Amino acid sequence: MKHTINELEDIVSQVRRDIVRMVHGCQSGHPGGSLGCAEFMTALYFETMHHSTDFKMDGIGEDLFFLSNGHISPVFYSVLARSGYFEVSELATFRKLNSRVQGHPTTHEGLPGIRIASGSLGQGMSVAIGAALTKKLNKDHSLVFTLHGDGELQEGQNWEAIMFAPFNKVDNLISTIDYNGQQIDGPTEKVLSLESLQAKFEAFGWHVITSSGNDMGEIVKSLEYAKSLTGKGRPILNLMSTQMGNGVDFMVGSHKWHGTAPNDEQLASALAQNKETLGDY
Amino acid sequence: MKKYTYTEKKDTRSGFGVGLHEAGQKNPNIIALTADLKGSMKMDAFANEFPDRFVQIGIAEANMIGIAAGMTIGGKIPFTGTFANFSTGRVYDQIRQSVAYSYKNVKICASHAGLTLGEDGATHQILEDIGLMKMLPGMVVINPCDYNQTKAATLAIAEYEGPVYLRFGRPSIPVFTDPDQKFEIGKAWMVNEGTDVTIIATGHMVWKAIEAGEQLAALGIDAEIINIHTIKPLDEEAILKSLKKTGCVVTCEEHNKFGGLGESVARLLTTELPSPQEFVAVNDSFGESGTPDELMTKYGLDTINIVEAAQKVIKRKK
Repeated sequence: MKHTINELEDIVSQVRRDIVRMVHGCQSGHPGGSLGCAEFMTALYFETMHHSTDFKMDGIGEDLFFLSNGHISPVFYSVLARSGYFEVSELATFRKLNSRVQGHPTTHEGLPGIRIASGSLGQGMSVAIGAALTKKLNKDHSLVFTLHGDGELQEGQNWEAIMFAPFNKVDNLISTIDYNGQQIDGPTEKVLSLESLQAKFEAFGWHVITSSGNDMGEIVKSLEYAKSLTGKGRPILNLMSTQMGNGVDFMVGSHKWHGTAPNDEQLASALAQNKETLGDY
Repeated sequence: MKKYTYTEKKDTRSGFGVGLHEAGQKNPNIIALTADLKGSMKMDAFANEFPDRFVQIGIAEANMIGIAAGMTIGGKIPFTGTFANFSTGRVYDQIRQSVAYSYKNVKICASHAGLTLGEDGATHQILEDIGLMKMLPGMVVINPCDYNQTKAATLAIAEYEGPVYLRFGRPSIPVFTDPDQKFEIGKAWMVNEGTDVTIIATGHMVWKAIEAGEQLAALGIDAEIINIHTIKPLDEEAILKSLKKTGCVVTCEEHNKFGGLGESVARLLTTELPSPQEFVAVNDSFGESGTPDELMTKYGLDTINIVEAAQKVIKRKK
């Protein structure tokens, strides 16, 4: 391992601080899903993926990551900045005019680390499959990772992609579902039930693993296991249970913090729960 | 009037198929994708010679656009192929976010555009695609006029870096442009120089504009005919130069009059050189079943419509 679990958890603590401070700073954005995926994104960029912070769009010989649920951009930006893709001070410009740190991730402003725009949901898996096919054509044996919201799977394009990938043996792809059971209008079970995602993906031909996304030790192991399953003719689906708002007690488990910014008092409480480990931006 | 003749009729989509195959031979990074329309899109030659670079998506156009966008990451140049309706309206948001806004080097190649798709009727006859595509920032929009020009355009876009919408059609139409032409994106082709009226045409309407030019010459009217194959970026210089000479214009396109070439020309002229303009285009309508010729007549896209529009617009000159 490149880092100990304790070291990774310290990074997560800083990432959580970044998330709530960014959303508080512009009084806009999506803290709930961002916090729920802080361990996963930290594991991916600090432990699992082989990647270079000297950003090149083509990413030849590097593992690639695509964020399909682009609204959890705060966690993506924090992890990219903390990895060294750009200065952490730029996080302060989140959602503000003339910023590269747009509301949703984009290539348009040239922010290093972003390879596709996302925000309009359901498009990321198709893009990732395309990048994975190009890797195969280029005889590039590195991998493609994705993250999707669970509610996002209500978008039909996903199922076109989910059908395509196993049939075409896209086995250099590891897709993760942020299985937090929440979406803007309430629990997915009440808005439009997903029923058994495991059974659905397996029926389409994916190799499905399950993981606990807010346990750093477990998510690192799960991603290593997922990597060991690549190259065997099937795409890998990591069905990752998380809690929206994890790490900030008053945000945990509620869809109400999907797209709401904390006020000054709430920010202070959130920061008190997560120690400053790498220095605030 | 300069004389144009033809010895054979061919479909523009076959020009695309031959151009794609040749582009694939020249550049190993070119990829062809289709959503279950390999035959209709004339992609067989490419698919047979380069099976590893041909991607059969199945009937899933949204996935095709996303996969094409992703394939550019790592240096591939994807050409997607399906009918114009399924290439644009069906997948507008996928194109907008994953291709245009992300500025990916994807070539969206669309056959069966316009009324001349014929018997399948309005569900398949998109007359709004030029408008949809030209509104996307950075998108190049090309509508070539015959087999040779479509082949040349296909080769040209393979060498251009950035998103392109290439629109062509189903029916066999006269082949009258140079088989060895060099296609320059954004550069108008002067079909015939004249002084009384400018006729600007794109796609299947260019041959009809030539026929109209001959009929107008017989009536003593000297028409300048310009082929705008690239609707975006528009060759503003060529249009303004012509209008300074003729003072009026007829625009001709197999598209809704809203959002098409005519509106692009009108926008230019209103700001730079206000001039009388008549539109030969579909009058805010869906199409219907029929033969291509029957439909072009019923919806006012015949040679006679261009002749009448030219006579009318000349009278409106001050």
